[in-house]
Order: sequence, then C-alpha cells, then structure tokens
Amino acid sequence: MYKHRGFALPFIIMIIIGTLVPLCSIVFYGFTDDTGNFTIENFLAMFSEEHIKALIFSVLLALISTFICLILAYPLGLILRKSKLGKSGFVIFIFVLPMWMNFLLRTMAWQVILERNGLLDHFCQFLNIPFVEIINTPFAVVLGMVYDFLPFMILPIYNVLKSMDEGLIEASYDLGAGKFTTLRKVILPLSVPGIISGITMVFVPSLTTFVISNMLGGGKINLIGNIIEQEFTVSANWNLGSGLSFVMMILIVVSMVIFTKLDEDGEVNLL
Amino acid sequence: MKKMVLIVLLVMMTVGLLFVSGCGRASDYIGQVHIYCFGDYFDPDLIYSFEDETRIQVVLDTFDTNEELYPVVKNRTVDYDLICCSDYMVCKLMKEGLLDKVDKEKLSNYKYMDEKALKMLQNIDKNNDYEVPHTWGTYGIIYNPTMIDGPMPKSWDDLWDARFKNQIIMTDSLRESFMVALMRGGYSLNSKDLDELSYARDELLKQKELVYKYSNDSTRDLMIGGAAALGVITSGEVLYAQECNEDLEYVIPEEGSELWTDCWAITSYAKEKDYAYKFLDYMLRPENAYKNFEYLTYAIPNTGMYELMDEEERNSDIVFPSDKQLKKCQVLENLDNKTNKIYSQFWKEVKGK
Repeated sequence: MYKHRGFALPFIIMIIIGTLVPLCSIVFYGFTDDTGNFTIENFLAMFSEEHIKALIFSVLLALISTFICLILAYPLGLILRKSKLGKSGFVIFIFVLPMWMNFLLRTMAWQVILERNGLLDHFCQFLNIPFVEIINTPFAVVLGMVYDFLPFMILPIYNVLKSMDEGLIEASYDLGAGKFTTLRKVILPLSVPGIISGITMVFVPSLTTFVISNMLGGGKINLIGNIIEQEFTVSANWNLGSGLSFVMMILIVVSMVIFTKLDEDGEVNLL
Repeated sequence: MKKMVLIVLLVMMTVGLLFVSGCGRASDYIGQVHIYCFGDYFDPDLIYSFEDETRIQVVLDTFDTNEELYPVVKNRTVDYDLICCSDYMVCKLMKEGLLDKVDKEKLSNYKYMDEKALKMLQNIDKNNDYEVPHTWGTYGIIYNPTMIDGPMPKSWDDLWDARFKNQIIMTDSLRESFMVALMRGGYSLNSKDLDELSYARDELLKQKELVYKYSNDSTRDLMIGGAAALGVITSGEVLYAQECNEDLEYVIPEEGSELWTDCWAITSYAKEKDYAYKFLDYMLRPENAYKNFEYLTYAIPNTGMYELMDEEERNSDIVFPSDKQLKKCQVLENLDNKTNKIYSQFWKEVKGK
C-alpha cells in the first residue's frame, strides 16, 4: 500500500486548493478588520439583531422544508421498496432526472411559473379558478427548497429501505406484530441512518442558500445566506462576510455532530 | 439575464479566437490590452474590428457590481490596463491613487465628448482628469398606464401610495433605494446626516408592505410582462422596454433624481497604457459610439454620435433629459467608511424586516 502513495497526490492538491486555502482565507479575513488589525467583532456580529433574526428565520425555513421533504420521501421509499417499478430503480430515476439540469435554471423556471402573469396565473385564468400568488413570499422559498433538495432526501432513504433484510420484517409479523407496530418498531429504527443523512443533506443547503431566496423571495426574504452574500457583493466587507460564514460553519459542524451522535446511540424515535 | 448573455459571449469569443488562430493570425498580434468592464457593456463586434484594425488583442473580463471590482483592482489580482465602472467608484479609486490621469492629448476623438456629461462629474473630479464617460443616464419611474387608475405617477412620493400596494418594483441596490427615500424627503442623495438617514430607513420600512419585489436586472422584463404597475429603473433600460411593450412610460420624478455616469479609467499600474488609449479612442469614434448605443440603448455622451442618430432617437427625452430636469439631478459621491457602514446597516434592517 505504502508505495502507491503517489496516487493520493491529486487529492492532496485538491484538498489544499479547495479546502485548506479557502478555509485559511476565511479565518484570516474573519479575524481582521478593514485596516488589517486583529478583531473578533466579525464573529460577535452574528449576535446583532438583524443577523440573529435572519439566522432564526433561515433555521425555521430550513426545518420546514426538511420536514416536508421527509414526509414526502419516506412513504415514497416504503412504496418503492415493495413495488416492481421501485425495485428496478425506474421511479427513482424519474425523481433524480431533474438533477441533470442546472439548479439555477430549475429555480428560474419556478420564477417563470409562479410570477404574476406567469404560467400558473394564465393556467388558473384558463380554468377560471383563483390564482394564489405565492411568489416573493416565504412559501415560494420553501417550495423552491423542497423541489431542489427532495432528491437528496429520497436517495438515502430509498437505499436504506431497499437493502433492509426482509427476514427481519417477516419475523416481526410472525411474532404477532401488526403492520403499524412493525413499521414503528422494526422498519423505522432500521432506516434511521438513511433518514439522518437525508436530513443533513437537505437541512444544510436549505440553511445556507441565498439563490433560492433571491430568486423566489423577490429580495424581501433575507436569509443568513443573503446577508453573507451581500457583505461580499454589495458592502464590499469581506471581513464581516468571512466572520459570519465561519460562525455558520461552526454551527453546521455542531449540528452534524449532534445528528451523527443520535444516529450512533440509536436514540432517535421519530414517532 | 446578463450572466446568460455573458456565457454566450464567452463561447463566441472562444470560437472567435479559435477561428482567428485557425487562420494563423494569432501570432500577428503586437500585444495585449487587459480590460475590466461591466458584463455586456459594449457591442462585442467592436472587439473584433478593433483587433483587426490595430492587431492588439483584447483580453476582457467582466463583473456585475462596482463592489466586486473594487477588491480586484485594489489588490491587483489581475493587472488591468483599462477599467469601466461607475462614477462614485472612479472617485474612490482616484482618491486611493489607483488611477492614472487620462492624457486627453492621446485621444483624438475626445473632442466629441458631450460637455454636459463632463460637467456633471466635476463634483467628484474637478477637471475630469481621471475618467472618460462611457454611458450615462438617470433613475426614474417606469409605469404601465393601462394598469393604473387615477393620476399617473410623477414623484417619488407615489412609490408610497397605498393604491399601488403590491404593484411596485423597487431597486435591490443600497444606494439607489436610499436615493429614492432621501430625495422624496427633500434631502441630498449623498446625505451623511444620521437623522436624515434614519428617516430614509423608516420610510423604506414603511414602503416595504407595498413592494412587490426588490430587483435590479429583472425590473425591465417584469414591467414588459405586466407583472407590476410601476418600478424604479434606469433610463437606459427604458427604450428597450418600450420596444417590447408600447404601453410603458418613463418619468423622472419632480423631486429630482440620481444622474449616473459609467466611465472608463486607466489604472495607475497599467502596463500597456498606449494600447489602452488606442482602445479608448476607438470607443469614442462617433460611429462606434452609435454602435454601442444601438446595442445597449443606454445614452452615450458623444456629440459626433448625435449626428448619426435618427430623428426619433434625437428627440427622445429619455436619452436626452432636459436641462431643467438635469439641474435637479445629483451625482452619487463616494462615502467615507463610517457612513458606508451606516448605509449597509440600515439597508440590512430594511431588508431583514
């Protein structure tokens, strides 16, 4: 093994350029002010009123969209586990298909659909039903998040359900458990790893997104991602932007650690 | 939209380069000039004709906001020879010694420059030493009369009118949004006074309930599509919007407005100054200025170009605001760091409500 160390070189270079250098720059900018002096103000700024408000709002929207993704994806996984179509992977393929298109384009498409005088509006007029205008509201942002990130929830849940040992479920029935009890006591606990990775893969990008809230929120929905983005593009304050990103990174790492901890202990009881 | 155009442009440029090198002409270049400009801000054909004529290769990079340009020029991430940015950014770069004086002697077409545009800039650069205007225009209200009952908008105050609830598109830009609120209150758009700025913030907060969307680039398309009745827009976008939707009208509010000029400037560390001058002079040629006008529909302050325009274009009060209107307009000044922080803080409070 030792003599194959050369193969690791591309990855080492990638880690240095793609992770270490940016991370060091963020730490450097975060710990300095615009004159280059040391400061911790950029980190403490997270606790100012607007930032905390944006953070709480982001967490809220991310939780809602994660929850919606979960209740959409889990039943689907259960259905697909049994069905022929599901086993062949065809339905999963259909769900993952939109991911072949660029994420920005898909979000932009929602803008065209939901916009006043847009596609949905015209369709509703055609059918003579009232059009509910959700563009530029938090609902549109949640819709965008669910649409964009749902495949990330479906895939891990489907995978863990598909590979579950059928014998365990039969054993549960043999021992007199009903359908519901089997789901609650056997299937659900066994699928926790898939649920956990699904939750992380939806929650983290939802929490930090600024593109979806920009495009579907009409500039009225200010998430923590938008604030960080604006520090770079509008205020030209890289120091504050870096400081806030760093705090976000810490928060995400902490929540990941908690998630994995729950997973290991198997303490998650979702019902 | 701009990004899409940019991608198409990049592809076109790559193809163009391949074509050129395919013909074995690449080695003919006598040198390169590095230009940093707003995305899609002049007719791309001019690059090819310039290269053909002078054998100087144009290396063009683009950006979206002035604030993106600033750290790049400041830290010399790339050594650009020629940049194009807004008036207040020119002012900031000038004060930090990052720009070189423009030697007008080297620009044979500088004589076509419209004095009016130069005069507007003298607030920030007394002798117009450091910049050469590229485009200019005003901010105002674009509106769709077919969607409005009652009197048409004519002042900034109308953007606070409850009858336009959910029908207003505001700019998603810090300085311009504060400009609207400050001008409405009768203050300078360069106000540094904390009370005036707090007033502007409170008014913008009040206005938020009426706003349909905060947007910059998409305002034009939303107005064309009839998504909102009125919006804050820059005059350069109006001609194009009217071509697509004849109903649309534009007005410079009676309180006055912001007059902006986007300018070329030469960096203090430029390596190929002579080439930069050549390119600049090429852009100032009346027929090329006219090409840019046709391409961008933004007003270009070039008296030679005025001769080339047709009757309708020459009489457009969108391209040529009256002296009376210009008199009420102000130019954005660069603010000191402390004031800048207040603006960003207040803007965050507005956006975060």
